[in-house]
Amino acid sequence: MELTLTEEQEMLKKTARDFLTDKCPKSFVKQMEESKTGFSRELWEQMAQLGWMGVAFPGKYSGGDMNFLDLAVLLEEMGRACLPGPFFSTVVLGGLSILDFGREEQKQEYLPKIILGEKILTLAFTEPGYYNYDDRSVTVEAARSDGSYIISGTKLFVPDAHIADNLLCVAKTKPENGITIFLVDAKDPKIEYTVLETIAGDKLCEVVFDQMPVSEASILGRLNQGWSTVQKTIERAAVGKCCETVGNIQRVLEMTVDYAKERKQFDRPIGSFQAIQHYCADMATDVDGARFSTYRAAWMLSEGVPCTKEIAIAKAWTGKASQRVFALAHQIHGAIGATIEHDLHYYTRRAKAAELAFGDADFYREIVAREMGL
Amino acid sequence: MDFSFTEEQNKFRLEVRNFLEEEIGKGYWKPTCDAWIQGFDPEFTKRVAHKGWIGLTWPKEYGGHERSHIDRLILTEEMLRYGAPAACHWFGDRQVGGTILSFGSEDLKKEFLPRIVEGEAYFGLGMSEPGAGSDLASLQTRALEDGDYYVINGQKTWASCASFAQYFDVYVRTDSEAPKHRGISEFIVDAQSPGLSRIPMTDITGTEAWNDVFFDNVRVHKRYLVGEKNRGFYQVLNQLDYERSGMERLMGNYPLFDSIIQFAKDNKLSQQPVIRNKLAQLQIEFEVGRLLIYRVAFLMEEGRAPNWESAMSKAYSTEFEKHLAGVAMEVLGPYGQLTSSSKLVPLQGMALHSYLGSKGYSLQAGTTEILKNILAVRGLGLPSS
Repeated sequence: MELTLTEEQEMLKKTARDFLTDKCPKSFVKQMEESKTGFSRELWEQMAQLGWMGVAFPGKYSGGDMNFLDLAVLLEEMGRACLPGPFFSTVVLGGLSILDFGREEQKQEYLPKIILGEKILTLAFTEPGYYNYDDRSVTVEAARSDGSYIISGTKLFVPDAHIADNLLCVAKTKPENGITIFLVDAKDPKIEYTVLETIAGDKLCEVVFDQMPVSEASILGRLNQGWSTVQKTIERAAVGKCCETVGNIQRVLEMTVDYAKERKQFDRPIGSFQAIQHYCADMATDVDGARFSTYRAAWMLSEGVPCTKEIAIAKAWTGKASQRVFALAHQIHGAIGATIEHDLHYYTRRAKAAELAFGDADFYREIVAREMGL
Repeated sequence: MDFSFTEEQNKFRLEVRNFLEEEIGKGYWKPTCDAWIQGFDPEFTKRVAHKGWIGLTWPKEYGGHERSHIDRLILTEEMLRYGAPAACHWFGDRQVGGTILSFGSEDLKKEFLPRIVEGEAYFGLGMSEPGAGSDLASLQTRALEDGDYYVINGQKTWASCASFAQYFDVYVRTDSEAPKHRGISEFIVDAQSPGLSRIPMTDITGTEAWNDVFFDNVRVHKRYLVGEKNRGFYQVLNQLDYERSGMERLMGNYPLFDSIIQFAKDNKLSQQPVIRNKLAQLQIEFEVGRLLIYRVAFLMEEGRAPNWESAMSKAYSTEFEKHLAGVAMEVLGPYGQLTSSSKLVPLQGMALHSYLGSKGYSLQAGTTEILKNILAVRGLGLPSS
C-alpha cells in the first residue's frame, strides 16, 4: 500500500499546475464558454507539445509510455483549472478506446495524430430519451447495405462533436440487433451538428446522422459485440470525470477555507466560528473520500484488474460529495459567491455537469447493489 | 499509488480469518456487535497473545513483534469483521501500551509492555470526569506529592467496561496554579489499590458499559508517573489520536452489516429498489470509511503520529455506524423493535442493540463536534474559536 504520488507524478502535477495557472485563467475559461468552438487551437498545440495527449499511450504510437494513473493526475489538474476544450473527449473517450479495442492499422492511423494534437475525437453514444448508459438506449441504426452500413438517427449530449475530426458512433447494427461502434469521419456532410447551451458552458452537441454510409473497415472492435466495449469506455470516462471533480472540489475547499480566514464579521474571521469550521471539516472529509475512492479506481484501471464495483463506488460517492461540498462552499462564501464576478460559479457549474455525466449516483448505486449480490 | 496488499499481508489476513473461523467453529464465542469493547474473554485474549498478535508493532525488546501498522489494521479489521471478544486487551494494545512506549520510563516499559503482549494486563481509561468531558483539560481529580508517592483524590467517569480493568491509565491535576493544560499528569494506577472503587453504569441497550471510578486517597508510587510531570495533557492528545485511528470506529457493529444484507437476500427484500439503494449506499459509505482509515495507518507506517486524519476518519465512520443501525431497523420494519429475548425477534435483536448502542459511538474518544474542531484547526488551519 502506497498512498502518495511518485516523484514523476508530482512533477507532472506541478508542471500541469504551473502551465494551467498561466494559460488558463478564469478570463480564458469565460472566453471559451462564450466562443463558438469552445477551445483554443494555440493552447491545444501547446498541450500536445507538453506530451499531455500522449501520457497514457505506448511509445510506439508517439505516446509517453505512462499509464492511466498518470493521466488521472493530469485530469485532476485540468479539473482544478476548469480547463475548457476537447482533451477529455479526444483522449479518454476517443484515443484510449482505439488503443484498447482498435485494430493495429486503426491505432497506427489515429493514435499518433491524436497524440500530436492533430486530431480531435469524441464518443457519440447517448440519445434522446431518459434511459441512458443502458444498451436499450441505443436506437441509432447502422443498416447493412452491400457490404457497408448506413447510419441514421440522432445522438445527444455529444461533447465537442462540432469541432471533432472523428466520431466513435455507437449504433444498433441491423438486421442482427447487435451493438457496433463505428469510427467515422466527423466532417461528413451527412452529419448535422447543433451545439446545445449547457450549465458548464461546455459544448455538448446534438448530432444527426442522415443516411450516412460507412465502410465495414470503420468498425472499431467487433461487429455486434460492441456493448462490452461501450461499457468499458463509460466506466473509464466515469473515473476520468471523478478525477476532474476531485481537482475541482479540492480547489473549492481551499478557496473556501481561505475566504473563511479572511472574511471578518463580529470583529473575527468567520472561520473562527464553529459552525463554519464544521462546514469546512465536512467539506474536507467529502473531498478526501472522493480523492481516495477515485484514485483507488484509477489505480485498478491502470493495473488492469476488474473494478466495476470500485468505479461505481467512486462515481456515486464523488458525485454526491461534490454537491454537498458546493452547498457548503456557497453558504460560507455568502452572497459574493452567488455573483458572476466571483470565480466560484465556474466550479459549481462544472461539478454539476460532471455529476450527471456517464451515470449519476442512482445509476451507480444499482451497480454496487448488483456487485453485492443483491 | 498502490492500493493493494502484499502477498504476505494477504496471507496474514487469511491466517487471522482461519483462526477466528476455527474459534467460532469450536463454539468458543459468537460474532457480536461491540465485542471489541464489551466482549471480555480472558481465554480468547490468551489465545490471541499466543498467536503473537498483541503489541504487533512494538519493539521486540519489550515482547513486541515489530510488524507494520498495516498488518495491525488487517488484524483488527478481521477481529471486528468476526465480532471477536477482544475487549480484555484492546485498550492496552491500542493506546495505553503505545503511550507507555512513547512517554514512559524504561522501568514502566519493562513492567507493563511484556505483560500486555502476553494478554495478562487489562487496562481501563481514567479521562472523563462528571465536570470534564469535551473540555478534558478542566479535569479536577488531584494528585498531591507525599514522599515517594502521589495521593489521588477525585472521580472519573465513562470508563468503558472498567469492571474488568486491572489497571487504569489516569489523568490527574498535579499543579493547580498552572494554566489548566499545563498542570495535568498521567499515571498508571493498579485497580486493586486501597481507596479505589468502581460503580458500574448501564447503557440504554441494558448492557453494563461504563464505570464511575472513585479515588479516595489512593497512593501511587512515583515510578508510575508516565512521562513528564504536568505534561499529561499533551500526552493525552497524542493518545487520543491513536484511540480514534482504528477500524473499530467503522466496524463496531459490522456483524449487523453482514446479517442485514443476508436477511434482505433471504427474504427477497433486496429485489425492492428502495432497499437495494439503501444497502448499496451503506456499502459505498463503508468503503470510503475504510479508505480514510487505511490512510491513517499508512501515515503511521510512514512514521507520523496520526493527527487530524484520525479525527476525520473517526467522525466520518461513527456516522456510518449510526446510519447502518438506522437502515437495519428500517429493513426489519416493525420486527426491528423486538428485543433480543422476544418471541419473533430477527437477527438476535442485533439491529435494536446497535441502533441504541450507536448513539454513543459519536461521543466516545472525542465527540464529533470536537473532532471537527480538530480537523478545522489542525488540518485546515482555521483560527481557534
